[in-house]
Amino acid sequence: MDIVIPSISFSAIMPELVLLAVGILILLLDVFSEKHSGKLAYIAVGGVATALFFAMTPITDPSTTFAGLYSADRFTQFFKVIFLIGTGLTLLISEKYAKENNINHGEYYSLILFATVGMMFMAGGADLITIFMGVELMSICLYILAGYTRARMASNEASMKYFLLGAFASGFLLYGMGLIYGITGQTKLVKIAGAISANSDNMMVLVIGAGLMIVGFAFKLAAVPFHQWTPDVYQGAPIPVTAFMSSGPKAAALAAILRVLVEAMNFIQVDWIMWVSVLAIMTMTVGNIAALVQSDIKRMLAFSSISHAGYALVGVSAATSDGVSAVMFYMLVYTFMNIAAFGILALVAKANEQNTSIDAFKGLFRTNPVLAAVMTIMLFSLAGIPPMGGFMAKFYIFMSAVNAGHLGLVLVAVINSAIGAYYYIKVIVAIYFQENPEKPEPVKAGPSLVFALLVSVIAVFVLGLMPDCYLTIAGKALLPF
Amino acid sequence: MAELTLNHYLILSGVLFSIGVIGVLTRRNVIVVYMCIELMFNAANLMIIAFSNSLGDMTGHVFVFMVMAVAAAEAAVGLAIIIALYRNKKTVDVDEVNLLKG
Repeated sequence: MDIVIPSISFSAIMPELVLLAVGILILLLDVFSEKHSGKLAYIAVGGVATALFFAMTPITDPSTTFAGLYSADRFTQFFKVIFLIGTGLTLLISEKYAKENNINHGEYYSLILFATVGMMFMAGGADLITIFMGVELMSICLYILAGYTRARMASNEASMKYFLLGAFASGFLLYGMGLIYGITGQTKLVKIAGAISANSDNMMVLVIGAGLMIVGFAFKLAAVPFHQWTPDVYQGAPIPVTAFMSSGPKAAALAAILRVLVEAMNFIQVDWIMWVSVLAIMTMTVGNIAALVQSDIKRMLAFSSISHAGYALVGVSAATSDGVSAVMFYMLVYTFMNIAAFGILALVAKANEQNTSIDAFKGLFRTNPVLAAVMTIMLFSLAGIPPMGGFMAKFYIFMSAVNAGHLGLVLVAVINSAIGAYYYIKVIVAIYFQENPEKPEPVKAGPSLVFALLVSVIAVFVLGLMPDCYLTIAGKALLPF
Repeated sequence: MAELTLNHYLILSGVLFSIGVIGVLTRRNVIVVYMCIELMFNAANLMIIAFSNSLGDMTGHVFVFMVMAVAAAEAAVGLAIIIALYRNKKTVDVDEVNLLKG
């Protein structure tokens, strides 16, 4: 019997390999060398920068590698860049927080890096097995990170809720994958599509399998009605972890949904467009309306991140190449503005997250005018006010949905973004027009946070004023419809 | 005695999965909820192996081995999380863990 050695291209997974190596290096340094403990965050950032360099190396011929388990194409690359930016910013805003809250351990940084590797495998997976492993690698790291400040009861609770509901969702995902494997006899996405077009018996079971998989991904994406864990987990987890969880994993879940729907589920396109539209409408509406009544900023940003997932789903339901590139652009902008807003919150809330309510922002303009201005930019961008990136991102999403003929869906989305503006502006009012009776001292940002905020502000404006070139890059990175 | 066919395995797997889902939704003890989640995983494993056997395709076997490894990692993390919770709260009842609300 001949043994065929499959083609293996390590250069395709170079960013993953770099992150894994740096993650293990950090673990070892933490154990064997006390004096490096202050530098762990910077070593991790260095690893992310190296990985970003490899992820940006252009791919000339898109292909699958590792015996068809992993697709090395521009779609994967674009999402890798989004994940790495999210991870890099998270590490930068973590640095001060980790020292103040006594969680400056090697594991903390390693887990963030390993979770990023999981996300990359979700975006790059060309096979149900790879995607499942990616989902689990990401999720298991996030379960631990959510409970990382383990003396805080809220953090324990967040971790437990995330673990139980996340594992529950993985069960659905796995069962859906099993059904699809059983009917088609294939686990590779492209071959699944081929097997179905050759033989379309048992359509009912396939639709159930696809539905279960979408339920599983919708849990990870925090789409309504699978969002119940989100506010509790985001509120209880340490602030930098919340920032991390609300950007990267959402983008990863979207990448996996897009890949599965476009590459394997084109046989039920009419069905899934309807499912995703319904999910999008519920997600936007519930997220925005629940955010209106929150007094805790962490919880408010949690609901706001749910509603942003809804806007992204509007782009998915357009099911055109314009829609997909708009979704990719949206996730890029969202990563910057969301993590920057959480970074400022981590600073304003002070050590041990003493105060995460809107009151903490009262009078920020008087004590820290620059920080107040940055927060305003991020909140305006989240609300979708021009000329910030958030506006262009929403604009392209809505336009792609209009072009695809989903006028009703876009109407709901526009009404929702008007509702959304209210609660962002509530925070801005607290910053500029309300006095803080406690007369707090000005908060002091460390150099890494200043750098992260600077990068985010520049990115939000560049993406808002010159979105075309990034959209072109996203447009080249599309999956074939 | 009739022979065991694919359908028998699929029905068993469906029943196990349903028991798991109902257990997660109704039971209040974290450990029992986690056991029900494991039941869901193993129902899926059983189904994949049955399909793999009837298709004569080894991919399913590999898939199940991967899932078993993942489930073991998840169990380690999950039980650690439950212990951390118990140390702070002295309970493993989901209804009593209700600090975060609103």
